[in-house]
Amino acid sequence: MAGPAAAAGRPRLAVWKFASCDGCQLTLLDCEDELLSVAAEVDIAYFLEASSAVGPGPYDLSLVEGSVTTPDDLRRIQHVRRVSKRLVTIGACATAGGIQALRDFADVREFASIVYARPDYIATLERSTPISAHVPVDFELRGCPIDKRQLLEVISAFLAGRRPFVPAHSVCVECKARGNVCVMVAHGTPCLGPVTQAGCGALCPAFNRGCYGCFGPMESPNARALNAQLRELGMSTPELVRVYRTFNATEEPFRQAAEEAESDT
Amino acid sequence: MNTVVTESLEPLIAELRSRGFTVVGPTTRDGAIRFAEISCSAQLPAGRGDEQRPGRYRLTERHDDLVFGFAASPDSAKRYTQPPRQPLLRMREGTVEEAEAQAPRIALLGVRACDLAAIAVQDRVFLGGRHPDPAYRKRREAMLLIAVNCAVPGGTCFCVSMGTGPKATTGFDLALTELSDPHRFLIETGSGRGAEIVTAISHRPATGDDVVAAEEVSRVAATRMGRQVDTDGIQERLAGAHDSPRWAEVASRCLACTNCTMVCPTCFCTTVEDATDFTGGVAERTEVWDSCFTLDFSEVGGSSVRGSGSARYRQWLTHKFSTWFDQFGMSGCVGCGRCITWCPTGIDVTEELGCIL
Amino acid sequence: MHPMTPAPYRVRSRRPDRADTVTLALRPVAGPCPPFLPGQFTMIYAPGVGEIAVSISGRARSGGYVQTIRAVGAVSGALCRTRPGDVVGVRGPYGTAWDLPSAEGLDVVVAAGGLGLAPLRPVIRELAAHGSRYGRISLIVGTRTPATLIYPGELARWRDRHGIDVQVTVDHPDLAWKGRVGLVTRLIDRIVFEPRRTFAFVCGPEVMMQASAAELVRRGVAAGRVMLSVERNMKCGVGRCGHCQLGPLLTCLDGPVLSYERAAGLLAVREL
Repeated sequence: MAGPAAAAGRPRLAVWKFASCDGCQLTLLDCEDELLSVAAEVDIAYFLEASSAVGPGPYDLSLVEGSVTTPDDLRRIQHVRRVSKRLVTIGACATAGGIQALRDFADVREFASIVYARPDYIATLERSTPISAHVPVDFELRGCPIDKRQLLEVISAFLAGRRPFVPAHSVCVECKARGNVCVMVAHGTPCLGPVTQAGCGALCPAFNRGCYGCFGPMESPNARALNAQLRELGMSTPELVRVYRTFNATEEPFRQAAEEAESDT
Repeated sequence: MNTVVTESLEPLIAELRSRGFTVVGPTTRDGAIRFAEISCSAQLPAGRGDEQRPGRYRLTERHDDLVFGFAASPDSAKRYTQPPRQPLLRMREGTVEEAEAQAPRIALLGVRACDLAAIAVQDRVFLGGRHPDPAYRKRREAMLLIAVNCAVPGGTCFCVSMGTGPKATTGFDLALTELSDPHRFLIETGSGRGAEIVTAISHRPATGDDVVAAEEVSRVAATRMGRQVDTDGIQERLAGAHDSPRWAEVASRCLACTNCTMVCPTCFCTTVEDATDFTGGVAERTEVWDSCFTLDFSEVGGSSVRGSGSARYRQWLTHKFSTWFDQFGMSGCVGCGRCITWCPTGIDVTEELGCIL
Repeated sequence: MHPMTPAPYRVRSRRPDRADTVTLALRPVAGPCPPFLPGQFTMIYAPGVGEIAVSISGRARSGGYVQTIRAVGAVSGALCRTRPGDVVGVRGPYGTAWDLPSAEGLDVVVAAGGLGLAPLRPVIRELAAHGSRYGRISLIVGTRTPATLIYPGELARWRDRHGIDVQVTVDHPDLAWKGRVGLVTRLIDRIVFEPRRTFAFVCGPEVMMQASAAELVRRGVAAGRVMLSVERNMKCGVGRCGHCQLGPLLTCLDGPVLSYERAAGLLAVREL
């Protein structure tokens, strides 16, 4: 990307990948028009998804995608923290362990023995953990994948030195502001919106689908009350457990929600 | 008040459009009655009704030709009087540019008596105090209100308890009552603008029979409220109920999802979003809908004054039915029942009040 | 003009009070500063960062507002980092005032906790300027550590030149501290006032205000003569955002200054 001369004085940005699908990094590339403005104000010094040119650290802002799942990750995240002034995790993997944290509810060696011909070649940890379990994190951006507007907001807030406007309230706020009708009330469609943090712009309800909880638990989730309603709408215990065990399964409120669903039967 | 009758709404809609109004009326979309722009009367939801109860809304078939045979829809006038996002200002290089107020000429067709009462509440909030909002005033002045007297109140309606309906008595430019056998509309005028429009469309004077039929519609509707509230001394009684054990009980069912406040036609609370471009040279502020059910709402020094769900529910209900009187000299609830229908877990304010008081 | 539209104000001077606290003088880029009453606040907007309510601590010689800000969040941090010549947005002044006229002829107790001294500064300056209009004047100040005490120079001046009984206590002393240690309420024992002929102005953290007001009332000061300045989440300052409600009150319009008679019952309700 930009050469060293152009980079003088601009904050230096790095984008790191851990265990993840790259979808959140792609969100940054997806910014297209805005990406040029970002590149004009920020020296994108390390972003392997976009460029093989690697500028040395330290970096003013590091965006970290993915969860920690291997012994090597454990070492690498310490390095990332050391060379980063600010560290922002992007996406459900980096923030909550991601879909791969479903291993936490099972035996990862058993998985490996089924999936791989030579499981002894696989160096993997028992659990998939968020970045915050290993190093201090300055901000966590939720979502599977993250939302483009929110990512740009985090970057511009970082540049302006303000707190990013990333509300922790429920999806319902933006769902109603967008003008959606409540799919639970009007259609009887199960929806995790009331216990899920906003950020996606209520994408699924806008297409008459229930919320899948991609952005993880909202600030004060009352999953027990929602579960009672979801059962009224016909969801079974295994179905309830399954909706909470997705991309944010190990976030405590969702972990509890699934456990409560199991124990309430 | 001049009262006339018209067989069809087609001439009215055409006249409004020829006067430069965007006509916004009830339509069916996403399994609900929704406000949307219409260009002819055929877009109105003829023969559709609704079934409403706590936490449940379904469209129904009425097997008749009524176009207003349903109760309050999820949309109130709030989206038009107080849009969910309003740009406030832009600041660059030390100068402040106030955002230009957008005031589209909208004719809102089909607002109910409860909605008119809600607009009066919002007028009081945004225009009645020491700091009137010129942008709100501009929007209101550009808006034409065509009310419809409710014929079929819903299962969660309680406007009679709140003294706001079911008949529209004030605050409209025109008010319609839909009559059957034969299908026709009685039109009352409530303003000079309304009278001008009526003059321009084909109509006949209302007969005594028309007027009696219309009165009967409102009389019958008043007997069909799905809910009721004992409002006697409610301001004092609720203010004195801080310690009710019911708050914790309702909090166990409350999702704090904010749906009640979002659909409420009087809930006016907002917060402000700050934004910057990447150079930091241009800063913008936007006022957006907010809710007393969020934790940020009462944040002071890093923590929420109302951290518990019960405190937040208490704040909302007490504000609606009690402290609104202290602040604005009127009730914050107009009895439309939207918060009951659209609560995902079906919390019913009338039931809660019954238990708390 | 829209009530949410600020006027551009220029930072005329900036005085660091303590490591995390600065006092700014702010003056309109164009035109005069609107008059204010002691106790009122303005909404100050750090462009691109956000807006917060800040009490007015006096009028600067330049004609602008003197406002003391502690860097506790993004907005206050940005305001603390401003330099003379920078432009910020200001709306107001808003809110109710300290009822100074009602204090005339009476003993006056001013009790401040931490940054609560800032909104009280115009009260103390008025008392200092017109001491003869009042009875005995006492100022008691509590602060976390000696380093968080604001206006130390002025405190000394008020004591030495204006005959105000100024007493300071800290929660956590450092090695150099020779003064009192403990809660500000304990200082009430150490000042002289005739409770039945006393007016009090109290500002600080809510628990400090409640404890101080309760103690004054216990000693016989009328609750209607004890004034507090209540802090809630003031987002708009003009009664349109709903955030600062305290039961029936919109504290931006009905407050921030309230009598203890009015506030006691409301502050006593948990999470109101």
